[in-house]
Amino acid sequence: MRINRLAAATALVSVLTLTATACGGGSTSGGGDNSSPKTLTYWASNQGTSLEHDKQVLEPELRKFEAQTGIKVKLEVVPWSDLLNRILAATASGQGPDVLNIGNTWSASLQATGALLPFDDATFGKIGGKDRFVPSTIASAGAAGKAPAAVPLYSMAYGLYYNKKLFEAAGISKPPATWDELVTDGQKLTKDGKYGLAIEGGNVSENVHHAFAFGKQHGADWFDAAGKPAFATPEAVAAIKQYVDFIAKDKIAAPGNAEYAANQSVTDFASGKAAMLMWQAAGASLKSHGMNPDDYAVAPIPLPAGASGGKATSSMVAGINLAVFKNSKNTEGALQFVKFMTGNEEQIQLNKTYGSIPPVKDAQADPAFATPELKTLSNVLATSAAPLPQVANESQFETLVGTAVKNLLAAAAAGKPVTEDSVKAELTKAQQQMPAG
Amino acid sequence: MLRPPPSFRWARRVFLTLLTGFVLTPVLVMVSSSLKPLRDVQGPFRWIPSELTFRPYLDIWSTVPLADYFVNSLIVSVSATVLSVLIAIFSAYAVSRYRFRGRKLFTVTVLSTQMFPGILFLLPLFLIFVNIGNATGVALYGSRGGLILTYLTFSLPFSIWMLVGYFDSIPRDLDEAAAVDGCGPLRTLVRIVVPAATPGIVAVSVYAFMTAWGEVLFASVMTNDTTRTLSVGLQGYATQNDVYWNQVMAASLVVSVPVVAGFLLLQRYLVAGLTAGAVK
Amino acid sequence: MTRRRLGLPYLLLLPALALELLIHLVPMVVGMVMSFKRLTQFYIRDWSTAPWSGLDNYRVSVDFSAPIGRSLLNSFWVTCLFTALAVGFSWLLGTAAAVFLQESFRGRGLLRTLFLVPYALPVYAAVITWSFMFQRDTGLVNHLLVDQLHLFDEKPFWLIGDNSFTALVVVAVWKTWPFAFLTLMAGLQNIPRELYEAAAMDGAGVWQQLRKITLPSLRPVNQVLVLVLFLWTFNDFNTPYVLFGKSAPEQADLISIHIYQSSFVTWNFGAGSAMSVLLLLFLLLVTAVYLFLTSRRRGADA
Repeated sequence: MRINRLAAATALVSVLTLTATACGGGSTSGGGDNSSPKTLTYWASNQGTSLEHDKQVLEPELRKFEAQTGIKVKLEVVPWSDLLNRILAATASGQGPDVLNIGNTWSASLQATGALLPFDDATFGKIGGKDRFVPSTIASAGAAGKAPAAVPLYSMAYGLYYNKKLFEAAGISKPPATWDELVTDGQKLTKDGKYGLAIEGGNVSENVHHAFAFGKQHGADWFDAAGKPAFATPEAVAAIKQYVDFIAKDKIAAPGNAEYAANQSVTDFASGKAAMLMWQAAGASLKSHGMNPDDYAVAPIPLPAGASGGKATSSMVAGINLAVFKNSKNTEGALQFVKFMTGNEEQIQLNKTYGSIPPVKDAQADPAFATPELKTLSNVLATSAAPLPQVANESQFETLVGTAVKNLLAAAAAGKPVTEDSVKAELTKAQQQMPAG
Repeated sequence: MLRPPPSFRWARRVFLTLLTGFVLTPVLVMVSSSLKPLRDVQGPFRWIPSELTFRPYLDIWSTVPLADYFVNSLIVSVSATVLSVLIAIFSAYAVSRYRFRGRKLFTVTVLSTQMFPGILFLLPLFLIFVNIGNATGVALYGSRGGLILTYLTFSLPFSIWMLVGYFDSIPRDLDEAAAVDGCGPLRTLVRIVVPAATPGIVAVSVYAFMTAWGEVLFASVMTNDTTRTLSVGLQGYATQNDVYWNQVMAASLVVSVPVVAGFLLLQRYLVAGLTAGAVK
Repeated sequence: MTRRRLGLPYLLLLPALALELLIHLVPMVVGMVMSFKRLTQFYIRDWSTAPWSGLDNYRVSVDFSAPIGRSLLNSFWVTCLFTALAVGFSWLLGTAAAVFLQESFRGRGLLRTLFLVPYALPVYAAVITWSFMFQRDTGLVNHLLVDQLHLFDEKPFWLIGDNSFTALVVVAVWKTWPFAFLTLMAGLQNIPRELYEAAAMDGAGVWQQLRKITLPSLRPVNQVLVLVLFLWTFNDFNTPYVLFGKSAPEQADLISIHIYQSSFVTWNFGAGSAMSVLLLLFLLLVTAVYLFLTSRRRGADA
C-alpha cells in the first residue's frame, strides 16, 4: 500500500506544482494550431441572423483568403453573450485566437489589458494605411494619443427610423429635426394604442448609447479632462431626464418599453405599433420582421434647435472592430488577414451582407451603400457621430450609467415621478460605484 | 395514513389541482408557442395559435447546430455522472465501512466545497486548466474533458453524503458473510454493497446528471464552438436582431423529451433510493 | 490484511480528494489570494503582477456608508429574503404534495410524473419560458391576471421594478420544489405503517397523525434537505441570470449576480473575489450553526 500512498502524494504535489506555475500567469501558446505559421484562429462576433448564418457568410471568404495566401483560418462564431467572457479568459490565460472581433466600445478597456497588438503607423502600413478609414471610426478604436488597439471592420450609426404611412396619416410631412418637433410629432402619433416612439428601455447598452449622445448635445462629456468620471453634472442630468421623459412626461413611448431588452422595440416599429425608432442599421432586422422597405425612411436623429460643434452629435460611433491578439505566434499572417478583411472587396461584400457601413472610405463609394438608409447613416458617421469615451473603465461606465437609466425608466413606467433630483441621485450613485483610478 | 376523511380528500383535490396548474402552465406555454409563427409569438399572448405551424421544429436545426450541442451535453453529462458516481461510491464505502484518521476531516472538507460560490473559483480554475494544458499537453480548457472534471466535482459532495447514508443502512452482516466466504473488501463492495444500494446509486446518478445538464456559468467560459453545451447553446436563438421565441421553445421541448423520458424510467428507483440515503 | 485495512480507505478516498483539491480547494485558495490584490483589467494578463492592496477590497465591500458597500448589503438582504421565501415555499409545496400523494388514489402515478417535469427541464429552457410569460405587454401572466381575471386595472411589470422580486421567487419555487417533493416522498415511504395503525387505534385523526407521526419522522430528511436547498438557492446564479440578464433590477439583485457584475462585467476581480470570500464565510457560519443546532440530539455520529 505504500506505493499507493506514494502515488497519491506525487499526484498531489504535481497538482500543486501546476497550480504554482499558474501563478506565472499568461503563457505564450496561442489557440488552435498556431505553432504552424500556416493557420490562424479567428473569433467572429454574431452579425447575421444566426450563428450558422455567420458561418455561411464567412467561410467562403476565408477560403478565398486561403487561396490567396495559403493560410488556413479556423473560424469560431462567438455569441455576444459569451464574447467578453471569452476574451477575458483568453487575456488572462494567453490562450486565445489570433484575430478577433470586439465591440468598438470595448476598445480602450481591452487596450488597457495590453493583450491586443497596438496598431502603430508601421503596423497600419502593413495593412494599407490609416487614411483608408473614416476618421471617426479610428477614433473609436482606442484611447486618444495611443496607437489604436484594433481597426474598424463594420460600422454603424444611429438613425431615426420613421413610419411614412403613419406620418402621412397624422398629417406630418417631414421627419423631426429637433427634439421639440419630435415630441410634438410623437404626441400627434400617439393614439389608438399606437405610440410615437419605441425605445429599448431594459437594454443597458442601448440606454447608455442614447445617454451618451443626448449628453453630448447638452454638453456633458461623462469624463473630465483628467479621465475622472463626471456623471452627475447638470448637463448629464438634463440629458438623461430628456430621455426618460419620453415615457415620464411626454408620454410618446409606451410604458411597457421600459422592460424591452429583446429587441421588442424593433418589432413594435416593424408592426406599426410605434411610429419612430432610434436604431443602428435596422434595415436587415426590419426586413426579417416583414416590414416593407417602402413603408419607412431614415433621418438623422434630432438635435436641440441650433446645436453646433460638439453639441451637434447625433449618434455614437457604433461598430465592430478587428483586433490581433498580441500572443499570436503568427502576427504576420494575422496582419495579412486584417488587410484582407479591411480590403475593398471584402468590405463591400461583408458590409453589404450585414447591412452595415464600411469604415473604409473607398468601399463606401460602392453603389450597394447608396440606399437612402445607408447614405443617411454614413453621412451621420462622417459628420455628426462621436465615439463613446475611450477610457479604460468604459465597460463600468456602460454598465453603471445604462443601469441607472434602466432604473429611471422603470420608475417612470411605474408612474413614479422622475425629477431632476431623482435623476441626479441615480447618476451620483453610478458615479460613486466607479472604481478609483 | 389510513382512511383519509372527506375533509382531507377535498383539501387534497383542491391543492393538487392548483399545483398541477402551476407546474404545467409553463410547459403548455412552451408547447403552444413552439407551434406559432414568429409574428404571433411576438404579439400578445394567446393560447391557441392563429396559425398552426411546425416550421420552428424544422428551423431549430439550422439556426444553431442544435444536434451538436445536444451531443456535447449528453457526452459531458453522462461522463460526469458515471465518473462522479463511481468516485462517490468508493469514497462513501470508505467513510461508511472504515474507521480511520481524517475521516471526519474528509467529510467536512468535501461538504464545505458545496458552499463555494462558483464565481469565486471560475477564473482561477480556468487559469489552472490552461496551465495544466501548457505543462502536460492535456487540453482541459475548451475541451469536454475539462467540463466533465468540473461538473463531476459539483455533484460529488452531495453524492457522497447521500451514499454514505445509504451504505450505512445496509446491514453489516452481509459484508461479514462475504468476508467469511473469502471476499476481499473490494469484492464485497462490488458483489454485496453496490447491488444492495442500486436504487440509491440511481438516485445519485440522476442528481449528478441534472447538475451537469443545466449548468450555465462555467459552460459559457469553458467551451468553444465545438464543445458548447445545450444550456449555453440554446441562447443562440436570441441573436443580434431577434429572439426566436418559438424556436427556443421548440428546441427546449425537443431536447427535454429524451431526458424526461429517461427520468421517468428511473423514477421508481429514485424514490426508493433517496429514502435510505437521506434518512441515514 | 491489517496493512490493507490501513491503506485502503485512503486509497478509496483518493480520487474524490484529488478532484476536490484540483477543482475546488486550490482554485478557491487562488481566489482568496486574488481578493487581496488590485486585480483590474490592467493586470489581468498576468494576475501575479497585480499590486497587493491589503484589505482594501474588503474595506470597500463592507463600507456600508458608500454606494458599493450599500448596494452589496442591499443585495445581501435581498438574497436572504429570497432564500427564505424560496426555500420555505419549496419545502411547503414539497411536503404538502408528498403527504397528499402518500396514499394511493387514481391518477397518483400520473401526478407524480408531472410534478417532476420542472426538475427535468434544462434550466435555461425553463427560466427563459418564465421570462417570456412575465413580459408586461405580451406575456401570459398579465393576460391571465388582467385580461381574464381583471385583478388589476393596469398591467403590472414583472421583470423590472418591485414585482421582479416576486417573479424571481415564483420561478425559483417552481424549479426547486420538485426536488423537495421527491426527497420527502421518499422519506414518507420509510415510516412504518404500524405507527399509523396504532395511532388510528388510539383515535388520532388524520391531522393529528400528520403532526404526531409524519412530521417528526421526516426530521432527518428535512435536516439534509433544508440545508441543501438553502445552499443551492443562496448561491443560485442561473435563475436570475437567465431571467434578468447581466443587470438585475435592484429589488431582485441576488448576490451571485451582484458579484458576477462586480467581477466579470466590470473586470474588477479583486473586489469580486473579496465579496465572494465574505459570502463563503457567511455560508460556512450559517451551515455550522445549523448543523450544530439540528445535530445536537443525534450525538456525534456524523
